[in-house]
Amino acid sequence: MPFQWSCFRTFGANNLEALRLPIWVKFLAFVTVISCVFLGFIVDVPRLDILNETIRNLFFHVTSWFAMVFLFLLSFIYSIKHLSSGLEMDDRLAKIFTEVGMVFGIAGLVTGMLWAKYTWGAYWVPDPKLNGAAISLLAYLAYVVLRNSFSDPITKGRVSSVYNIFAFVLMLIFIFILPRMTSSLHPGNGGNPAFSSYDLDNTMRLVFYPAIIGWILLGLWISEIKFRMEALQINKTK
Amino acid sequence: MKQVLAVIFRNLKSDFRDPNSIFGSLLFLISSLFVCYISINRIASIPTWVALFWIIVIFASFNAVAKSFVQETRDKMIYIYSLMSPAQFIIGKMLYNGLLLILMSLIAILIYSGLFEMAIGNLPMLLIGILLGSACIGMILSLLSSIASKASGNLTLMAILGLPIMLPLILTATKFTKNAVDGLDWSIQYKYLIVLIGLNIVCGALSVVLFPYLWRE
Repeated sequence: MPFQWSCFRTFGANNLEALRLPIWVKFLAFVTVISCVFLGFIVDVPRLDILNETIRNLFFHVTSWFAMVFLFLLSFIYSIKHLSSGLEMDDRLAKIFTEVGMVFGIAGLVTGMLWAKYTWGAYWVPDPKLNGAAISLLAYLAYVVLRNSFSDPITKGRVSSVYNIFAFVLMLIFIFILPRMTSSLHPGNGGNPAFSSYDLDNTMRLVFYPAIIGWILLGLWISEIKFRMEALQINKTK
Repeated sequence: MKQVLAVIFRNLKSDFRDPNSIFGSLLFLISSLFVCYISINRIASIPTWVALFWIIVIFASFNAVAKSFVQETRDKMIYIYSLMSPAQFIIGKMLYNGLLLILMSLIAILIYSGLFEMAIGNLPMLLIGILLGSACIGMILSLLSSIASKASGNLTLMAILGLPIMLPLILTATKFTKNAVDGLDWSIQYKYLIVLIGLNIVCGALSVVLFPYLWRE
């Protein structure tokens, strides 16, 4: 039997403190998310044709995509870390970031669909950007299915990390490169107004930038709680 | 280099010693082409013509490459482990699967354009698109087949894993081949050609980097 290079370290460390946000970060997350939800509906927004009040979706839709991409990036980094360190903890973190990122992805998809209904007139249009978003969610669902089909945790960690890295790189190509090559209805593509042109309003900026930070920190906070819960469960069964 | 060639020839030999599987996938391809012909008869629009072709090719290639790693038993893998580095092994596998799929898709386009008549604007461009597309499908499926074989691989898992990942490639290849059938000029096609070649390079490089982690057990 070939030498199992990682078996010594895999179950050694189950450190609860591996993902621990300082209290002021949680406070910041709380304040920014609350301010996003309140101010997002209250502040004056520029009156634009067709968009009208739907421009407020910027605070919710765009920010949840930012949070999703950020969490998937963390998951990608932890998958690389797992391949180099062999620690089971890194793999678990990668899994948790993927799961939380998918929640934000679904939130972004739903808010986007509602917005599309009132501006484009349909919940779904055949658009490269929309299809890219849906397919990348499918790829991450496949990651979850792949994880569940293993019983041996060492193989599970290694194989799913490999898939995660592969999927993330191709997702980047799909979401960021391909839509720029074809025309798209989506704001920011093909001459449609992006948020650089209608976001010039300074009050909107004041809400939008903290909102990005807020949703990202909220995602990290959820991941932390999930991680600690799973770590406690594992320690209990030991 | 010697080891890479050895992998290709070993696969070739084992496929011709037991030609059931390779002719099986070829037969799958031809019969699905024929099923499409019987149920659709003729296709008027170019986008549909191209899309149907790629759908047939993709599912046939899943069928053809799925067995690529399942047939490698544990003992065989350990023996190969002592002979060469993982990079050489995966490069050999990718080249073999890529060539196999290129051959299959060339057969497919021959039969397909015979069954469904279509005036093709730029034949060399279409062939280049098919060549690059199926080579990249072969590379992606080689890595995925080794992932699926770790998870007591079946075809369903491979399709779930593979289809979302292959979509950027499928989209670009479809657009490229559609423009080729339309007979558009090269100047419009360059950006798609660059993306296709880039995808080939990215998938190949990722497989070479990642395969050593799958291989070790």
